[in-house]
Amino acid sequence: MEIEARPKMIGARVQRVEDPRMLTGHGRFIDDINLPRTLHIAFCRSDHGHARIAAIDSAEAAGMPGVAAVVTAADIEGLLQTVRATSTMANFHGTELPVLAMDKVRHVGEPIAAVLAESRYLAEDAAERIAVTYEALPTVIDPAAAAEPDAPLLHEEIGSNVLIERTFERGEVDAAMAAAPVRVGGHFRMHRKTPVAMENRGYLADYDQGRGSLTLHSTTQVPGIVRDTLVRMLDLPGNRLRVVAPDVGGGFGGKTALYREEVLVCVLARKFGRPVKWLSDRLEDLISTSQAFDEVVEAELACDDEGQILGLRADVIGDVGAYSGYPWSAAIEPVQVVSFLPGPYRVENYRGRVRGVATSKSPMGAYRGVGRPISTFVMERLIDMAAVKLSLDPLEMRRRNMVRAEEFPYKSASGIVWDRAGFLECLETACDGADYGALRRQQAAARQQGRWVGIGLASYVELTGLGSRIAVAPGMPVNTGTESATVRIDSTGAVTAYFGIASHGQGLETTLAQIVAEELGARLQDIEVLHGDSDAVAHGTGTYASRSAVLAGGAAIVSARAVREQVMKAASHLLEADAGDMDAANGEIFVKGTDRRLSFRELARAVYTEVNRLPRELREDIELEASNIYDPYFGTATPATHLAVVEVDPETFGVTVQRYVVADDCGRIINPLIADGQVHGGVAQGIGAALLEEVVYDDTGQILTASLMDYVVPTAVEIPAMEVFHLETELPNNIGGFRGLGEGGTIGAPAAIANAIADAVGHLNIDINELPMTPERLFRLVSQKEE
Amino acid sequence: MIKLTVNGIVYEREVEPRLSLADFLRHELGLTGTHVGCEQGVCGACTVILNGDSVRSCLCFAVQADGAEIETVEGLGSIDNLSPLQKSFQEHHALQCGFCTPGMLMTGVDLLRKYPLATDEEIREGLSGNLCRCTGYQHVVRAIRAVVEAGNGD
Repeated sequence: MEIEARPKMIGARVQRVEDPRMLTGHGRFIDDINLPRTLHIAFCRSDHGHARIAAIDSAEAAGMPGVAAVVTAADIEGLLQTVRATSTMANFHGTELPVLAMDKVRHVGEPIAAVLAESRYLAEDAAERIAVTYEALPTVIDPAAAAEPDAPLLHEEIGSNVLIERTFERGEVDAAMAAAPVRVGGHFRMHRKTPVAMENRGYLADYDQGRGSLTLHSTTQVPGIVRDTLVRMLDLPGNRLRVVAPDVGGGFGGKTALYREEVLVCVLARKFGRPVKWLSDRLEDLISTSQAFDEVVEAELACDDEGQILGLRADVIGDVGAYSGYPWSAAIEPVQVVSFLPGPYRVENYRGRVRGVATSKSPMGAYRGVGRPISTFVMERLIDMAAVKLSLDPLEMRRRNMVRAEEFPYKSASGIVWDRAGFLECLETACDGADYGALRRQQAAARQQGRWVGIGLASYVELTGLGSRIAVAPGMPVNTGTESATVRIDSTGAVTAYFGIASHGQGLETTLAQIVAEELGARLQDIEVLHGDSDAVAHGTGTYASRSAVLAGGAAIVSARAVREQVMKAASHLLEADAGDMDAANGEIFVKGTDRRLSFRELARAVYTEVNRLPRELREDIELEASNIYDPYFGTATPATHLAVVEVDPETFGVTVQRYVVADDCGRIINPLIADGQVHGGVAQGIGAALLEEVVYDDTGQILTASLMDYVVPTAVEIPAMEVFHLETELPNNIGGFRGLGEGGTIGAPAAIANAIADAVGHLNIDINELPMTPERLFRLVSQKEE
Repeated sequence: MIKLTVNGIVYEREVEPRLSLADFLRHELGLTGTHVGCEQGVCGACTVILNGDSVRSCLCFAVQADGAEIETVEGLGSIDNLSPLQKSFQEHHALQCGFCTPGMLMTGVDLLRKYPLATDEEIREGLSGNLCRCTGYQHVVRAIRAVVEAGNGD
């Protein structure tokens, strides 16, 4: 008899288990949760960029219909401990993050007072009647000026606006550059972005006075981090503070910070003994959720006459906004820019210096790609600029400098160790997939007709699924290197898998179930994945930094294998067979080559309820549950190459993306549908970053992009159909063989688009060193050239 | 007092003049499938069909819908019996976080009823009032395209 083949769940194009509820309006998002007696918050926020608060008059607001209270910083003093992001890095200065502004405000939108009312409508009516008297202070808007010693200070106690300074150095960069025959460089500028998850942030705290316990429903990506921090701030034991992320409408890093509003609803729910809810509206989202990608980079690349890189140096200023956010700190993005700048290339001589500078803007925080969209933009522009100077094809320039298969493990110039991954293979696959040679011929033909068509390449490598060896934010006190999974078969034979991650669009309820199903031999429909709940496992942080497939997937494998061992121990007795002769598939354990079989349900009944089925000693020895932690230690490398074809309209200077190809190495694919979706979404955000999206502050610190009419995100019309190729290079020393791929699209796209535009206007000899490249910017560049 | 039909059911309610249709559907009728993403008429998450046309329920007051016939996502297929468009969204992975999805579906239904959608450009143009931050739109376009090609209605 033929041995029964076990159907492969990992790698299968499984439809998502999340979808039916989302498609029928049965998703349960934060605003779909309603508790009786809830008080709704509306904030009075600062309309000054930097000012001392002279007086707050809330008497009228407090007397309005339906208003329970108006709360300012003075009213919550003593009800919570302060919070401050820390780092072991030298030259790092943390800032306290006040829940409500104390004596001064440091950016427009900073919360000053909260109105609690019976409905949001009434709360907003009252918030408008709060009168704040300000004494204006000088704002600091330009980060370079803010870094000067005589600049007005946002945090006087630090004595400088420079919150972090760091330099990475290898080799003799100045000597190498001085001696190099070819040098290219420039002043690069990426403008500020914000994630714009379609669901705004929101929090609902419920305090049970009888039990002294608090439940926070939060649109967070990191329930574990929020729980652990609130426990400290509110002086509650961990078993009386539960943080639950319900269905969350996207995050992209913007929901990984601990937010002031999140802390405040907890404090007020305890103070007033009623549930307290706050939902951000879009205006509040655009002025208070993480902002990012705001860097100024002076960079220079040197190479020999053959295009071999000889040296790279850069000076980076990151605009980190008014506060060092918790937990990632002001260091996370600027430091990543210099640690990833050398890219997937052999760079032996390098110096990257970075300063993170405080300004009168909303705090910088995590956003998809964190630093690497900027480092990739700069490095890939430099590579193309050098190629132009050498009259070398950009593809060939990359081939000559990329780390080759025989060079792994390769230690990068900033100290990151790259292990085996398809660096060059991605480059070749993208170019083959797009038929690069044909594209160049088509481009030449279009140029003959006077059309401005350009082709842009961008290659990068990112660290994903970080283990305990490297913290997600440098020197931070939170362990981001492990995740937990508990897998349990209950007395009905149903399987529940509990995780510390928090899926918010990634489809982890499906992919993690696929992993558990394959490892256990259970059916997908018999597995329930629970996540986004700090009570699910003893320790977990959440979903961010392209980690969930690698870490939670790894933990799922370890725990599911441990449970499978227990299943086989029981089944061995029940089926009277050696464990080695048995297998499990489709929810059944069977003796290979026979018709002896047992469902998970029957097995569970025998273990838990039918006490005479197993000998007592064996029964007491069997536990159909396992909890394990997975730590990938170093983490995984995910390389990719993006290829974009754009056309610039010489009349309007509008840029149209005509073709977009991605080749990435994401290791073993769990679900091809979901893998493609992650890349598509990331690329769309990267195209937005390259062409449309920009948070604008004026010189007085007023934010000019406070609606989605002004902060422009791409629609279906601006985003082209994308062609995606996945390589599945085997991963050494990693249990699942998965690499993270959630952020890559956003890392590669700005650089690929910038290079394509530069190529399209190459005949005008214009540098494309600023993003987003709006029609207005491009028009000015062309006009300046023509003058 | 307003009287309107939502997904075939007639409701009569007393409402404040300033209550938005989106808040009315969500908070008064408990139909929380309609989502609110911007309250500025840009994102399209709150799209419903009112008297046969897709509208932003965040820009419409409940009182303006007096006497109207409204369709929301809850009026499409059910969990056990998805509509062709809902099914196609699942098959083509046209949703990730699911927040924009109800609006995408209602716009999709409106497009499928009114236009031939012969090219993907037409579909993209039709979807340009609905923002999605997760999918990059590609699978949404594909899902609608598949329903057009199957020709069995929305």
